[in-house]
Amino acid sequence: MLNHNTLKQPPQYKTMKLGILYSGGKDSNLAAWIAKKEKYEITCLISIASENKESFMFHTPSISKVKSQAQAMEIPLILQKTKGEKEIELKDLQNAIKKAKKEYGIQGIVTGAVESIYQASRVKKICHKLDLECFNPLWQKDQIELLEDLIQEKFEVIIIATAAFPLDQKLLGKKIDKKFLEEIKKLQKKYQINPAGEGGEFETFVLSSPMFKEKLKVKSFKDFGKDYSWRREIEL
Amino acid sequence: MILVINVCKENLHYYEFVKPIEDIVKKEKENFTTKKYPDLTKKDLEKAKKIIICGTSLKDFNYEKNLEKFSWIKSFKKPLFGICAGAQIIAKTFDATLNNSLHIGLEKINLSKEFLGVKGELQTYYLHQGGISNVGKNLKKFSNENRRSSVLKHNTKPIYATLFHPEVRNKKIISNFIKYG
Repeated sequence: MLNHNTLKQPPQYKTMKLGILYSGGKDSNLAAWIAKKEKYEITCLISIASENKESFMFHTPSISKVKSQAQAMEIPLILQKTKGEKEIELKDLQNAIKKAKKEYGIQGIVTGAVESIYQASRVKKICHKLDLECFNPLWQKDQIELLEDLIQEKFEVIIIATAAFPLDQKLLGKKIDKKFLEEIKKLQKKYQINPAGEGGEFETFVLSSPMFKEKLKVKSFKDFGKDYSWRREIEL
Repeated sequence: MILVINVCKENLHYYEFVKPIEDIVKKEKENFTTKKYPDLTKKDLEKAKKIIICGTSLKDFNYEKNLEKFSWIKSFKKPLFGICAGAQIIAKTFDATLNNSLHIGLEKINLSKEFLGVKGELQTYYLHQGGISNVGKNLKKFSNENRRSSVLKHNTKPIYATLFHPEVRNKKIISNFIKYG
């Protein structure tokens, strides 16, 4: 499902060096894997740790754990902190991408954007300013197909935050597997939940992917929240 | 059979600019084949019932250097739809004038006439560096915003073009082209 064999790389094109805009969640990991499968060279991960838990741009739960994910993939990481104020967080993102261009020679950025025009447009504008390509390999992807790809490609993904009725604390820690897929399809039908959480209904953390040299394990965790708004901070 | 033409130089752009179009064609239960523009043959064009030319990234101008590969458009009589880069190719083929204008993001436009079953106000998504400033005598415009024309149709042939990306927020336009275009 992830390979498009109708297209062959013409020999005159050299493979580009790419940086992954990396949150540690399912979308940026799947986007990275598609880039890797298409034989692009991934030279670094770029993560933004926002102090603003309500950030529209960046995923926040367990963001500090991207260091462990980068180590598991043996890919260098640029971790940029931001206060998360609307325009400042974009400036911080731009600085992080500029750093990746200088230190790792990236020629393009890969994002895990699926539906969010807000996020995708802002990253496109930054890339244009910095003369970089911008790739969104999950753009407009059917959300059930996205979950099926994760399962088929043997990603180990857990839920680490919820933000919509009826997703409560019980969902935290659940793996995205065939059982989850069936449950989320029912919730989609009954409550219009976006099955891949595109409406911000839930956030995920990847413990293992085909790019991980070793699997990560959750040693302990703390849950914060109430009702249908929960966040799990994990220790690996 | 619908022929989907990929104009992307980079393989990784397929997922962003071509696959969403293929997904809409699949939903309409139509057979399709996808070809990169340098690989197009006369047979592909003959076999196609309708053709869609997809868009590409902001930094990709490779198709502009190879416009002779699209010379078939001038005499093509079957339904054809160009999206963004595809619209620019159609515009150039029919002597419209393009200008440099960067456009990234959403914009509300107003379709003054019905275009593929859609009329009135639309929220549209743009990603291009070349606007169409003058449509010339072969094409007619269906909208005019900020001195740009982003929705075009040939005066006499079933050839349609949008500078915006209808696969984002306006999938119905592509579905209607497949069904009725």
